[in-house]
Amino acid sequence: MKYEDFIDNEYLEKMAEQLREGGTNVVLGCLDDLINWGRSNSLWPLTFATSCCGIEFMAVGAARYDFARFGFEVTRASPRQADFIMVAGTITHKMAPVLKRLYDQMADPKYVIAVGGCAISGGPFKKSYHVVNGVDTILPVDVYIPGCPPRPEAMLYGLMQLQRKVRLERFFGGVNKQIGKKEYEELMRRDLTAEKIDLNVETEHKL
Amino acid sequence: MWKRNTSYNMTIREKITAWEPAAEWSAEGDGMLTVPVETFHDLAVRLKREGFDFLRSLTGMDWGEGRFGAVYHIESTATGENIVLRVFTPAPDKCGLPSVGDVWKGALLNEREAYDYFGIQFLNHPDMRRLYLRDDWVGHPLRKDYDPALNPLRMNNEVSQDSTPHFELMPDGSLIRKREVIFDEGEYVINVGPQHPATHGVLRFRVSLEGEIIRKLDVHCGYIHRGIEKMCESLTYPQTLALTDRLDYLGASQNRHALCMCIEKGLGLEVSRRVQYIRTIMDELQRIDSHLLFFSCLCMDMGALTAFFYGFRDREKVLDILEQTTGGRLIQNYNVIGGVQADIHPDFVRRVKEFIAYMRPTLREYHEIFTGNVIARQRLVGTGVLTREDAISFGATGGTGRASGWACDVRKRHPYAMYGEVDFDEVLFTEGDCYARYMVRMREIEQSLRIIEQLIDNIPEGEYRTKTKPVIRIPEGTYYSAVEGSRGEFGVFIESRGDKSPYRMKFRSTGLPLVSCLETIARGAKIADLIAIGGTLDYVVPDIDR
Ligand code: SF4
Repeated sequence: MKYEDFIDNEYLEKMAEQLREGGTNVVLGCLDDLINWGRSNSLWPLTFATSCCGIEFMAVGAARYDFARFGFEVTRASPRQADFIMVAGTITHKMAPVLKRLYDQMADPKYVIAVGGCAISGGPFKKSYHVVNGVDTILPVDVYIPGCPPRPEAMLYGLMQLQRKVRLERFFGGVNKQIGKKEYEELMRRDLTAEKIDLNVETEHKL
Repeated sequence: MWKRNTSYNMTIREKITAWEPAAEWSAEGDGMLTVPVETFHDLAVRLKREGFDFLRSLTGMDWGEGRFGAVYHIESTATGENIVLRVFTPAPDKCGLPSVGDVWKGALLNEREAYDYFGIQFLNHPDMRRLYLRDDWVGHPLRKDYDPALNPLRMNNEVSQDSTPHFELMPDGSLIRKREVIFDEGEYVINVGPQHPATHGVLRFRVSLEGEIIRKLDVHCGYIHRGIEKMCESLTYPQTLALTDRLDYLGASQNRHALCMCIEKGLGLEVSRRVQYIRTIMDELQRIDSHLLFFSCLCMDMGALTAFFYGFRDREKVLDILEQTTGGRLIQNYNVIGGVQADIHPDFVRRVKEFIAYMRPTLREYHEIFTGNVIARQRLVGTGVLTREDAISFGATGGTGRASGWACDVRKRHPYAMYGEVDFDEVLFTEGDCYARYMVRMREIEQSLRIIEQLIDNIPEGEYRTKTKPVIRIPEGTYYSAVEGSRGEFGVFIESRGDKSPYRMKFRSTGLPLVSCLETIARGAKIADLIAIGGTLDYVVPDIDR
């Protein structure tokens, strides 16, 4: 499929163009383009799958569909090394905090793709007592790929939409925000206390 | 086949009534015996001694008006006799049943499930924690009076307890709650999962190590517990079909076949021979698909990435055939009550034959690239041994049981569809190690090809779907049907009260027994072997958690 054939979502590019007309730094703008070109062509997914959709995700990685053609082949088992997470499968109440934690452990810039009916809205299990009705209630989602399960082609299409999104971002001053040392330390401290509260460390001793 | 079982039931039924005059027979549906709770444990021990060593299924129940209990499906592996027992909890407010985990080890996790679903406490069960839901979950979801508003989504992280409650009955009839330690302070416990590439989904283990050796293993399920059984209670029978495909998605066709069979049995509906042929062929194609995926994933877990691509390449060929007829790749939604959704595609027969011709030589390629590999053999041969006795006690059916020498194939034990008429071998090994479990599945691909070959040329003409009434109501009673899924016996238990939707629907998971025997297999093995053991047990997590 040629790039021009993506006739939907072109509002993204239009918007970016308009903004750029307002004036971009020539050097930074070019660097942005270059870096984003690189970034969008080597997006590494987290090896994450909970159920049926995950098998189709594996099929996308395997011989016939081969997402290596687009630079997704390096699936990472550690969230620290991954650029995006494909939420492939049903997310249950028990899994939700785990998923959130995985997301929090990923390094910025990070993206989320919701794959399949379950991840989008709860899918066939919407009425269940133990299923989260859409991961967007707990994570910010960038791309939705509907289906039950989506065909591998649909997944590739969705992945390419993500690439597109990445290409239009501003890297400098945008997604690659630098923070000061002080701010960083404070964030770390906050994370630690939050984790302690989260883990109910106090109550654990009482039991 | 059905008649034969009933007549067998008579004999054991008579025996039980002789031992236990208070036992009551109810003939609705498949028929079952209600036995008094006080002597149930003794009866279980006695049954085991009589050769009833395989607990097929254990189902927790809420019969309304505060009456709880469980239904046990028990089979004798020696004679093939079956008996269904039902036990009520003593009094409405007291929820206690004796645990039979010491008789059939497979009961342990099933009893935890029943506790989780209904709050039935099992006395003398060593580990009465919830199986699927979080420890801070309020109430028991499968009770008829459960209120979902009690449990909003909790986003705080769960704490894993190192001890577990345990209930004992005092002489005066009251229950006391004790604590049992799972992991000591000094133990070195590591956590595997739920997000771990080698657990095949979201299963979680906590493993206590001594050096590299596994001392204890504690399984945590429920990360993909979707509450399907509860959902089924508010769906009509045709609607419930859609959910079975999503349980064990590598046995989608077989699961749905089991449910259709169970409903058809309840309705007394005969399906045409054409349907039987198509269903059998579809089931076998699905089995090949699943075993190819098993091969791929095992190889990938062990670091042989090339073999992974081989498996997936050929799997796509099966999926193409399935897709052409059913419209779905992974999840086909093909079987319906009374037949199949659509007739087979005109190209179906030709393509299946092409596939068989292609697959046979390709299997040799697999053996060359992986089976003979020195590293693979060293990691597989002799590791993770499961004895035959344990396999039966845990109810670990499918390739796992057959690798341990237990002839547990439902296709042979209770032939259904066309399996009684085709000629195929039940692949059996006796070693019970990872290598045997691997080889069973590779050989089964050949047998599946053989079955398909015998059927594909003479699919009879006829209806592909028997017309059913728009609203399906099953006569009152309980029904159980089982098929040989891709990884073991997949059973469906329905209790009907004559309504549009089932009163209770339970799926006998193929994977739950496999994880319950994991601790026995893994104890004493190296931590690195856990990957090979998990890989060769070949469980699918959504099927465990349901
Ligand atoms: S969307 Fe469908 S295929 Fe995907 S995980 Fe949910 S049930 Fe399975």
